[in-house]
Amino acid sequence: MSDIPQELKYTKSHEWIRVEDDGSLTVGITEHAQGLLGDMVFVELPDIGDEFEAEQDCAVVESVKAASDIYCPVEGEVIAVNEELEDAPEQINVNAYHEGWLFRIKPLKEDDLDGLMSPEDYAALVESESH
Amino acid sequence: MTLSNTNMQLKETPIIKAHQEMGAKLVDFGGWNMPIHYGSQLDEHHQVRNGAGMFDVCHMTIVDLRGFEVLDYLAKLMANDVAKIADKPGKALYSCMLNNDGGVIDDLIIYFMESAWVRVIVNSSTREKDLAWMRTQIGNMAVDLTERDDLAMIAVQGPNARELAATALADEIAGAQALKPFNALLINPGSDRERFVARTGYTGEDGYEIVCPNTQAEQMWRQLANAGIKPCGLGARDTLRLEAGMNLYGNDMDETQSPLESGLSWTVDFSNDKRQFNGRSSLEKQKQQGLKYKFVGLILEGKGVLRAHQEIVGGGELTSGTFSPTMQQAIGFARVPLEAGETCQVAIRKKHLEAKIVKLPFVRQGKILVN
Repeated sequence: MSDIPQELKYTKSHEWIRVEDDGSLTVGITEHAQGLLGDMVFVELPDIGDEFEAEQDCAVVESVKAASDIYCPVEGEVIAVNEELEDAPEQINVNAYHEGWLFRIKPLKEDDLDGLMSPEDYAALVESESH
Repeated sequence: MTLSNTNMQLKETPIIKAHQEMGAKLVDFGGWNMPIHYGSQLDEHHQVRNGAGMFDVCHMTIVDLRGFEVLDYLAKLMANDVAKIADKPGKALYSCMLNNDGGVIDDLIIYFMESAWVRVIVNSSTREKDLAWMRTQIGNMAVDLTERDDLAMIAVQGPNARELAATALADEIAGAQALKPFNALLINPGSDRERFVARTGYTGEDGYEIVCPNTQAEQMWRQLANAGIKPCGLGARDTLRLEAGMNLYGNDMDETQSPLESGLSWTVDFSNDKRQFNGRSSLEKQKQQGLKYKFVGLILEGKGVLRAHQEIVGGGELTSGTFSPTMQQAIGFARVPLEAGETCQVAIRKKHLEAKIVKLPFVRQGKILVN
């Protein structure tokens, strides 16, 4: 079973979300997802100030194997991106939940987080997809 | 991100148990449960370029053709001319098998074994249509076709592969050391220790493809691993073949494409006027009317990754693409308009990115051949 930190929220499309103290959301891909995609070689991040709707594709991570869209977990505005990934996309493989973060958004609606998955629900999803 | 998963019953090679023990990440590869990597596709790639790696290629289809008319049969079936290898036991020839319109049914390697016996190794994904086509093409000729699904194949590749394989297998592959490139040897023929060893591969490095009975494959895999040959997945096999400028059936050519626009003109032999191979008249017509595209290598100038089906601005498209671990740049194969010069632009998502047009291959025997 891959590592699924308790303090995070998740999406069915394998993004993780950390709620920061100021209410902004940091987004990345899960350990399970990076394991399946394999060695990362390129990341295309959104620009700061870009606004996205929930589930809109807003970034791309590419492993040697394939390109994968990253979906914005809730409607929001991009307030930071992890520029270090441009030269070191392998950080996603090394530490998906910390150095491998992708971008941070300011949510535009307050109750949006209710639609995200709990660690337990995400663990169940991973389990069901591996059978 | 969407991650595919399947519940279909997958076929397994006789080495599956060793793969699982050695930490393979297994995926559905054309209906086979195959290792995509054993931890890191990049590490496996470098291992083959710099040392030795091995691939389970048991999913590939081995076909024995026997009969006194087998060479006449292949002269019609194959776009390359089997006369080049006739009466040269062990000699191998790469060829396309064409349909009557000149489209590529499959690409394969033909080994001349002995008079009235030729071994052909075709792709796994095309197995059924290949066998059907090959059987109908026999007609009334004295040719007998046997699929050798009792045999397994392991590819050992890399600058140290042959030496390590000799250490691991010793007498089992006695005599293989003396093989010249693109030649094969049958060892202990007819016995239960029969080995077919070919100095061929799909990585651009030296090495062998070793065939043994299914029942002995797992043991051979373990012997090779114990000698220090690292298990590699099909992920690395793809980046290696791309760097080596080798076509992949289904990506770089198929039944709708001519070998002449797929970088395979060198494998189509028109020299004998009397040899009316399948598709010949269609290819001659294409040449007369003039080809529209040339098949080239591309190197992306900036950051990003080239992928199959990305469009070339102004016409043409990529047929294969990846990130080259050796060059640390995105590379690919493409059909570009004949008049294209030194560069072209590739449409990647919303951007048009500059790519350099180069002659294939990119890498051979550990060395980068393009600048």
